[in-house]
Amino acid sequence: MTYTNEMKLSFSAKSVNESFARTAVSSFVLPLDPTIAELTEIKTAISEAVTNCIVHGYKHGEGTIYIEAKITESGKLIVKIRDKGYGIPDIKSAMEPLFTTGGEEQAGLGFTVMQNFMDKVSVRSKPMKGTAVTMEKHIVRHLKNDRA
Amino acid sequence: MLKIQSENQVMTAELSGELDHHRCAVIRKKIDMLTEQERPRMLRLDFSGVQFMDSSGIGLVMGRYRQMSLIGGKLMVINIPPHLKNLFRLSGLGALGVLE
Repeated sequence: MTYTNEMKLSFSAKSVNESFARTAVSSFVLPLDPTIAELTEIKTAISEAVTNCIVHGYKHGEGTIYIEAKITESGKLIVKIRDKGYGIPDIKSAMEPLFTTGGEEQAGLGFTVMQNFMDKVSVRSKPMKGTAVTMEKHIVRHLKNDRA
Repeated sequence: MLKIQSENQVMTAELSGELDHHRCAVIRKKIDMLTEQERPRMLRLDFSGVQFMDSSGIGLVMGRYRQMSLIGGKLMVINIPPHLKNLFRLSGLGALGVLE
């Protein structure tokens, strides 16, 4: 597949960086001229995946979070968010709505939000090696005349 | 960033800005400290000033619902802006009867 643009980021798994991560990815997709709703969906999905890396992947300590994003010729965003942390022992359960191992303050909706706000979500994880979440979203092309 | 007012045992917390896992931790502590001190009969979470939110915001609501149940009070979520409606719909919080 040919990509029209690519970027890579790595940053400390600190909760203060959740905002940085979602803002960086949303800036990266701006040339595709997404709607405000599409941008909100992308930012929310990124925020969920990055929070998972911090709360679950690196629950025992510090680490680095890696983001790779690509844009295809057809206007699709492909974004991979990866940690080298604890891993998910049971991916199927982890993706069930309301399932959480994160304690009372976690809603258990991270994957539900990612799946609803993005077109495609896939998860690969190995215990003690880490987790990679890859998400895709096609940005609908808008006729210039339609935009206010 | 967070404005909390009480009147006639009704506490209102005006949330604003971006509600993610990072900020929710701070907000949660402030609200819980005040509800434990004042024991209001109702806590209202006002979302009108929230520009961005992920499921951490839903976790914040669920946790305060439990907190208020423990002290025998009620929780209401008020002024959900249009850009957050989708997330609240996904959350299933409507079934708890806490959404305005």
